[in-house]
Amino acid sequence: MRIDRRSFLQLGALAGGGLALNLYSSSLAVAQGPGAPPDLTPQAFIKIAPDGIVTIMARASETGQGMRNMLPMLIAEELDVDWKDVRVQQADLNEKIYGIQFSGGSANTPMGWEPMRRVGAAGRLLLLTAAAQTWGVPAAECTTNSGRVLHAASGRSAGYGELAAKAAALPAPALSSMKLKDPKDYRIIGHSQAGVDTHGIVTGKPLFGIDVQVPGMLYACIQKSPVFAGKVKTANLDAIKTLPGVRHAMVIDGGITPAALTPWEPGMEAGIAIVADTWWQAQQARKQLKVDWELGPAVSQSSEGFVKRAEELLNAEPATTVRKYGDVEGALKSSAKTVEATYHFPFIAHATMEPQGCTAHWKDGKLEMWTTSTLPIDGRGLVARTLGIKESDITTHMVRGGGSFGRRLQNDYAVEAAWISKQIGAPVKLLWSREDDIGHDPFRPGATIGLKGGVDAQGKLTAWRHHFVTFGDGKHATSGGGIGADSYPAGFPPSYALYTSMQPLTQRTGALRAPGDNAYCWVAQSFLDEMAHAAGRDPLEFQLELLSNKQSPWASSQGDAVGDHEPTGQSVLIPERFKGVLELVAEKSGWAKRSKTPGRGMGMAAWFCHLGYFAEVAEVSVDANNKVTVHRVWAAGDVGSQIINPQAAESMGFGGVIDGMSALAQEITISEGRVEQSNFHNHPLLRMRQVPPIEVYWKRTDYAPTGLGEPTLPPILPAVTNAIFAATGKRIRTLPLQKSGFNWA
Amino acid sequence: MPLKLTINNVVKTVDVAPDTPLLWVLRDVLDYKGTKFGCGMGLCGACTVLVGGRAVRSCMTRVGAVTDEAITTIEGLSPDGQHPVQVAWEALDVPQCGYCQAGQIMSAVALLAHTPHPTDAEIDAAMSGNLCRCGTYPRIRQAIHEAAEAAASTK
Repeated sequence: MRIDRRSFLQLGALAGGGLALNLYSSSLAVAQGPGAPPDLTPQAFIKIAPDGIVTIMARASETGQGMRNMLPMLIAEELDVDWKDVRVQQADLNEKIYGIQFSGGSANTPMGWEPMRRVGAAGRLLLLTAAAQTWGVPAAECTTNSGRVLHAASGRSAGYGELAAKAAALPAPALSSMKLKDPKDYRIIGHSQAGVDTHGIVTGKPLFGIDVQVPGMLYACIQKSPVFAGKVKTANLDAIKTLPGVRHAMVIDGGITPAALTPWEPGMEAGIAIVADTWWQAQQARKQLKVDWELGPAVSQSSEGFVKRAEELLNAEPATTVRKYGDVEGALKSSAKTVEATYHFPFIAHATMEPQGCTAHWKDGKLEMWTTSTLPIDGRGLVARTLGIKESDITTHMVRGGGSFGRRLQNDYAVEAAWISKQIGAPVKLLWSREDDIGHDPFRPGATIGLKGGVDAQGKLTAWRHHFVTFGDGKHATSGGGIGADSYPAGFPPSYALYTSMQPLTQRTGALRAPGDNAYCWVAQSFLDEMAHAAGRDPLEFQLELLSNKQSPWASSQGDAVGDHEPTGQSVLIPERFKGVLELVAEKSGWAKRSKTPGRGMGMAAWFCHLGYFAEVAEVSVDANNKVTVHRVWAAGDVGSQIINPQAAESMGFGGVIDGMSALAQEITISEGRVEQSNFHNHPLLRMRQVPPIEVYWKRTDYAPTGLGEPTLPPILPAVTNAIFAATGKRIRTLPLQKSGFNWA
Repeated sequence: MPLKLTINNVVKTVDVAPDTPLLWVLRDVLDYKGTKFGCGMGLCGACTVLVGGRAVRSCMTRVGAVTDEAITTIEGLSPDGQHPVQVAWEALDVPQCGYCQAGQIMSAVALLAHTPHPTDAEIDAAMSGNLCRCGTYPRIRQAIHEAAEAAASTK
């Protein structure tokens, strides 16, 4: 089976989601590499030792979503072995034999579901064929069970370990011809399998990027320009080189040109690299740095300025009509009631628990690197271009990363480590401090959205008009800041308009878990809640009715988006699935009988993104000082017919809810071009005492399984703020919560 | 001047400046890589180890200040992952990315040593210095209860 763009898209279509996964077209194109895509073979993925122990290669990077389990489980199921006999090994980057090695866009489930099972089935067929040839019996008479081939008629059987050498020498069969198991026969899929690294994690094994050790390795830190795209004029490098443990100190000129639109993977940021015998020594030396910076044009940027400019743009004619249907202005005029509101959401940082870093070893004109990247092929290309070497001279090992949430799709840390190693001719481990990590993150960009909606006398939505003011060069929006023009509720209100205007931004930005959707869901589901209240309707009933009102004809094209947010596939949004999760969460949360005590309330929201449907309800209380406590959360998800690893899937549900709640109180601000936040005290994550009990429910539907990394997250933001409205009557239209006068208890 | 440290019941001698944080001595001098760096300011708890049985943030602990105390890292909890907290963590498959978990486990061990049967509120109070970006908190809570029960039943 060929995993090319076309068949990938077909997989998407099979999954019921049409053609998109909120990926980045460019990244995906890179991830697929040049030339013809490979034919996958069982030999590439499966190795069986004579004792029957099966090693399965995990092709995708692991940063916590359970990819090292999920993809190998698919292979093991169809290979027909016991999971206890499986050992999972992380593959190096080698797209020629493994196909796409990419963990993003919640895409590994839909991209892996068919091909990985077919790889396993092909492996099984080879073993079965080897046994049949050995015994001189028809393959059709042979069966398999728990890592053995059986021939019932003669009573013979052989373990896979005995057959492996012969099977491996047979030609790999066409994956498309493989017959797959009936799901009722699954013994691994659908059964919780603990993380393959869990034992290593709880016993403190060196599994992570930060733990990589190479003989002779030195340690590096980098002091970057305090203003993005600034440059070093002079620095006291001679003094730094005399400090304890310091081996090298050097200027990184960097390769970033300040522009109104900072591209994806813009290259190396300028700064000073300090290399020492230990990282602590490098960091201590850094405190003695005296640098004269050429700060560049971004020094004039500030959050205040962004907001001011956004308001000007909002009050001016929109620059671009992204999508429009129906007579919006007429409908607004004839509506019984209209609501007008402006929503703001801020820049926020990824703040993975493991700060960025990478280990690289330059030797004899070749580079070996150990990276936590979730898009390592992109990193290999960036390193090759920056160092002026061939990609074939780079060996890329994929190491477990301490979280990604979209951060490790970019490879800036890898190119820095590679560049330093080349300069000093020795292996080096680069590690960013937390301050580096937050200050130089590819931020989720903020935006300002002006909305106007109308309802008729029957309380039905008549029009939805909005002006999305974001960042970019006018033509393209900055990475991670776009939305699909088919994002819900597009296609449901009888009339609809999405306009956009942009202001320049010289700053690295990027995809954050559920890019676009992580913010736009909050806007759309908050405003829908506003419209429901304006109409005097129950928000659930209002939304169920809207979902029954799909406009026709309804199609969107690649161009129908703001920025790099691909159309989400919502042109094939299946309203019944959206309704299904809403109804399930309503039932589980007791929505219809919710209490309406002052100071306490429930809020609901739902979303479709990355091929998954989630509805979430939050119950909150708000005290006299506007301190918010979330008491309980219910989540209902529809990601198709099969939950592959149930306990891990539930964990992803918890994680999406908690992560989304964290985002409600986060904000990155910029003053005189400098990022004002630096660590967890001013870019907080939710702490345990703030985390409510969460219940996760699954709605099983007849669609191919899809991913969970992202769709679990977006609904919780509006569910909480809609609950705050229910409790207090105060509508939160500006995030973070603090900017609207609220705080976590 | 060489410093003597007692780590996981083994005496180690290190030649580092006494104001070096314990974290970096553990990780980069003595190769105990289970203890993680998260923030460098005692804000996230990823670097939590036990010093004299107390949970401390090793990123903020000068190595010169702990030469007379017993230091326990994640590697020293048990030879084979059989400490009740590790067993519970594994049974519930607590980790997602796993990066914060050594710190979470060390805080949980310190909690259970003083409070063998913690309530949810006591767990929240003891564990709120340990951040988890993946949101494993519900599983951590459950694992601490299970570890408490397991420890009680083996007594």
